[in-house]
Amino acid sequence: MAVYAFYLIALVVLVSALSVIMARNPVHSVLWLILAFFSSAGLLVLIGAEFLAMLLVVVYVGAVAVLFLFVVMMLDVDFVELKQGTLRYWPFAVLVGVIFAAEIVLATVFGTSTNASTFDASPGAATNTEAIGQVMYTQYLLLFQMAGIILLVAMIGAIVLTLRHRPETKRQNIAKQTSRRRSDAVELKDPTPGQGI
Amino acid sequence: MDLGLSHYLAVSAALFTIGVVGIFVNRKNIIVILMAIELILLSVNLNLVAFSVFTGTITGQIFAMLVLTVAAAEAAVGLAVLVVYFRNRGDISVESVDLMKG
Repeated sequence: MAVYAFYLIALVVLVSALSVIMARNPVHSVLWLILAFFSSAGLLVLIGAEFLAMLLVVVYVGAVAVLFLFVVMMLDVDFVELKQGTLRYWPFAVLVGVIFAAEIVLATVFGTSTNASTFDASPGAATNTEAIGQVMYTQYLLLFQMAGIILLVAMIGAIVLTLRHRPETKRQNIAKQTSRRRSDAVELKDPTPGQGI
Repeated sequence: MDLGLSHYLAVSAALFTIGVVGIFVNRKNIIVILMAIELILLSVNLNLVAFSVFTGTITGQIFAMLVLTVAAAEAAVGLAVLVVYFRNRGDISVESVDLMKG
């Protein structure tokens, strides 16, 4: 039964992946990409890797795809013009694709394969999430911390890249405000009566 | 027929090939190139998780999480570069990125 579900979901994954690269409108591409990620999560659920599947939905669909959607919609690009003349890339692209596919198939056919019919997504633990948690915070703690640092660097990089100071905007300068003294702001005059300043 | 490792490897290989073809087909549109890279990373993830599950070791799934992290970081930085480039040039055509004449 699971194998039929697999074929169905795999078909959805491949069709949506093809649509990602062939859609005329990049917004449609992003939407197809979301479908591809979502059905890949389904594929992972089928073999019991639930934690990774949910992570795929949260990270890819929830963060990456939405980021793509924001950028595609924010940039005012003439996508029709971008699409022009792409037809001449197809022969080369198909050639490269065939070579890649042939290499992978050759490696799979002639390589040694482990054909385990029974599988265990959570070795030595009750659930898949528990199994991941047991090693992630012990054996792979350094890797986990490194992933956090990678995300931090990426976040700082993205902010630094896109931050811009506009000279025309007025901002509150708190240091300037608090260091202001009475002598800088107020000047005392002693005008003689009837003459003004 | 039982659900086996080869099923997942086949889907993953096809997804990888689609991603590579996508990079070549959308030579002009850098947004779609980034999406094709995401597809490639997704196929890598599928491979890692499939091997992890079918060989009964959890390490592959930890690795898949690391790949996921890198994919997210790459998308964020890539799109930030794209936004800055668009701000400076007014278009995102890959073919006009030839200032360095490489």
